[in-house]
Amino acid sequence: MTQQKKANRAPSRTLSKALTGIQGLDEITGGGVPAGRPTLVSGGAGSGKTLFALEFLVRGATQLGEPGVFISFEETIPDLIKNAASLGFDLDRLVANKKLFLDHIAITRGEITDTGEFDLDGLFIRIADAVQRIGARRIVLDTIEALFGELPNPGILRAEIHRLFAWLKERGLTTVITAERDRPDKLTRHGIEEFVSDCVIVLDHRIREEISTRRLRVVKYRGSTHGTNEYPFLIDEQGISVLPISSLGLDHAAPIERISTGIDRLDGMLGGKGFYRGSSILLSGTSGTGKTSVAAHFVVAACRRGERCLYFAFEESPRQVIRNMRSIGIDLEPWVRQGLLRFHAARPTYGGIEEILLVTHKQISSFKPGIVVVDPITNLLMVSTLGEVRSMLTRLVDFLKTEAITAIFTSLTAPGGSLEASEADVSSLMDTWLLLKAIEVGGERNRALYVLKSRGMDHSNQIREFVLTDDGLRLLDVYLGPEGVLTGSARVSQEGRETAAGTSRRQELEGRGRDLKRKRQIFEARMTMLKAEFEAEEEAIQQSIAESTLLDQEVLRDRGQMQRTREPHGSAAARVGAARPARTR
Amino acid sequence: MPTTKTRAPARPGQPKPRKQAAWKLRLYVAGQTPKSTRAFDNLKVLCEKHLKGRYLIEVIDLLEHPHLARGDQIVAIPTLVIKLPPPVRKIIGDLSNADRVLVGLALQQVV
Repeated sequence: MTQQKKANRAPSRTLSKALTGIQGLDEITGGGVPAGRPTLVSGGAGSGKTLFALEFLVRGATQLGEPGVFISFEETIPDLIKNAASLGFDLDRLVANKKLFLDHIAITRGEITDTGEFDLDGLFIRIADAVQRIGARRIVLDTIEALFGELPNPGILRAEIHRLFAWLKERGLTTVITAERDRPDKLTRHGIEEFVSDCVIVLDHRIREEISTRRLRVVKYRGSTHGTNEYPFLIDEQGISVLPISSLGLDHAAPIERISTGIDRLDGMLGGKGFYRGSSILLSGTSGTGKTSVAAHFVVAACRRGERCLYFAFEESPRQVIRNMRSIGIDLEPWVRQGLLRFHAARPTYGGIEEILLVTHKQISSFKPGIVVVDPITNLLMVSTLGEVRSMLTRLVDFLKTEAITAIFTSLTAPGGSLEASEADVSSLMDTWLLLKAIEVGGERNRALYVLKSRGMDHSNQIREFVLTDDGLRLLDVYLGPEGVLTGSARVSQEGRETAAGTSRRQELEGRGRDLKRKRQIFEARMTMLKAEFEAEEEAIQQSIAESTLLDQEVLRDRGQMQRTREPHGSAAARVGAARPARTR
Repeated sequence: MPTTKTRAPARPGQPKPRKQAAWKLRLYVAGQTPKSTRAFDNLKVLCEKHLKGRYLIEVIDLLEHPHLARGDQIVAIPTLVIKLPPPVRKIIGDLSNADRVLVGLALQQVV
């Protein structure tokens, strides 16, 4: 069966690979280690070689249906079982079920005397026997170089080890050979890597500032592409987890759904609808600018919608966060009780950056939140360098995006530092960046907020002052003065000035109105008077006209009477004479 | 051949070695390779010369009894295990270097 499988594999053009079952490693190597061939795992003391090898076998036996043999040259079997138990592996049960075979090869140098030619047939026979007993497909030799310390004649030993590898390959056993690396310029102490030409993985265990970091690198993988970076890995009660930085790719979905920030006016600043679901939001600012408060608003809004929230508190304890938020009228406790909000609080210094990432992953995978808050990411710098934090965040953001989880990261800006430059390292990972800042003016320190960037949406360019009231965070109206945005009492006095100016304008207007009215009244009065005068004059004139007409008639009448009295028979002539002057006039 | 030459493959009730036959030697081989044969011959000669009548050689062919390799922690072939007198010692190789074998057997002073 085994032989048949191998025969089928041989003509295939691409290298066939055997999954290791180690979380993350199969992604880096594109499917595991070379099937039916030896892989060298090299590393310094305590770098996790044995655990790597153990997990390779246990995963093979339990998940991939490939029984395995562990040949230990160093640790005794009881020790091995105890160590494996720390990873949550029950070797006893696997051995009882014939899925695993453990053999400890102990040689004590003192016992050995070299008397001539020898070979390692004893070892071959032991391995063959073990493999045959359980039908093994995998084997681990941990660490075969120990033989060099215990057997004489390195020349023979090297030749024999070479023969052993060829023999293992011939049998199609997927092999992991561990080797001690005591010098950085060499992969193994005795140079056995030259016999293992297919795949070499180096494990490393570094201590920086008292915090340990484990790293893994695929140095060589003949006939296959592989990730060449150094990948951090972790060993915990569930085994090894390698955290590939780039294995996830950039193919996550981009939801168009928008979710409220929990602050109406902030939603307004973000195109009126809030954040995109699944986006990553950076909330940066100096201390005491209200980062946690903004995050808490978002959390409460999400809980109200019935979404789960996971809050990673790296600075404050959950009770502290709850108490502090209560002071601004946000009660988180009911949501915790309802199981919608979960806190995970830990000092980052508790473990290395990888451990934090792993814990984060695990919490997210188990709780399945819609919202994640990391408060603050800057505390991670306490345990690691900027580069590592950045790489960790990249992976975290990738992971969150794949899961369409909206995440808020708060970041503490050092006072005095440039607000925007200091976060440049992580900002490119973020979709939306809200900057909170304290504006100090006129002996006051006021809080302001603005949207530095927000990908894919219309957003406000304003700097908005906000206050933390008993009823939550409130964004205020904008007042711009000659020196920028006006806040606090400067804003209040500006408001006052504007009110006063308005009043006086109104008063002036009213005054003018009154003026006009008065003028009109005067005008009208004058007009009345003039009219009265005119009328009086007119009356007088007309009267005089009437009088003079009357006088004329009287004159004529008098003249006529006179003529009539002077010539009693010439009255007709007198009448004609009287008419003539009237006509000529 | 080596197996047949073994003086006594079974342990109890050996008639030939005397009560002080305190040398119990076990030679591990893997099949009848030249190395194995040579080792047995060399051992035989030495024993006859230095331990005549006081020894017992047991030859174990691991090809036939592979599980026995574990008990005495056999890796190299051939390996001679000196079970008695204590402490247990191992001598590996084809035993062609007689002086070293004697050192291994702690027989040098005796000689």
